[in-house]
Amino acid sequence: MTVGHATGNGSTDATELTELIDRALAEREARDGFNKKNKITIVAWDGHLDRIWPTLILSTTAAASGMEVSVFFTFWGLFALVKPEKRMTGKEWMTKALSVLNPGAMKRAKLSRYNFAGMGPWMLGKVAEDYKTPHPTELLEMARDMGVRLIPCQMTMDLMGVKEEDLIDGLEEPIGAATALLEMKESSIQLFI
Amino acid sequence: MSITATTVDARGQSCPGPLVTLHRALKDGGPGDVFELLATDPGSKSDVPSWATLSGNELLEASHEDGVFRYLIRKA
Repeated sequence: MTVGHATGNGSTDATELTELIDRALAEREARDGFNKKNKITIVAWDGHLDRIWPTLILSTTAAASGMEVSVFFTFWGLFALVKPEKRMTGKEWMTKALSVLNPGAMKRAKLSRYNFAGMGPWMLGKVAEDYKTPHPTELLEMARDMGVRLIPCQMTMDLMGVKEEDLIDGLEEPIGAATALLEMKESSIQLFI
Repeated sequence: MSITATTVDARGQSCPGPLVTLHRALKDGGPGDVFELLATDPGSKSDVPSWATLSGNELLEASHEDGVFRYLIRKA
């Protein structure tokens, strides 16, 4: 009887305590907020030349403007980070075949339209050269030098059998979706390209 | 009063070249230092003021002569 009574009290106390903690946490969050930083996070999902290009232009410009910049390379976007000398990635025939169909490295990136078996990217590269618009290969290096955080997606690496040594140097540690969300949450600008 | 400004020549460069070049030059300077940016990129007309707003540096002057845009910037 006494024990039962004590247990009843105990659970009431626990509920109260949980409520108290929840309230304190809510208050703290309201006070500190999730203060958004002067930061931009871009999810680079697509690996096409005409998508990675603007991603890198925005990244380098943001870095030049004093913003913190994180770019999360996931799915096809990850292949932009593959070393130029790497002809093939993957761990078994399917991922290897995929990497042949979708060759890595920025210099081999295709256009999402008007690719014409490489004529499109070649012409675009030529025009950009004439207009002194830096090529994504160059922009990627520029971004890295300017402190843009280039972050590979761990899950894509596992899925596609891409190893850390397949990727260019100077990248951040690979991260998962939750960490990517955290990067986005604390940014004042988030883009999915 | 004359201002001594470090010239940053970004003529011939196109987006995002001029801002990246300017950013690099500013890193070597101290607060209050004045920089003169020269550019031929027409996009710099809107981009340099936007960059100033974003980065907190002060755009003192903007002019255009013979296809060359000239900007005076004071480092924050």
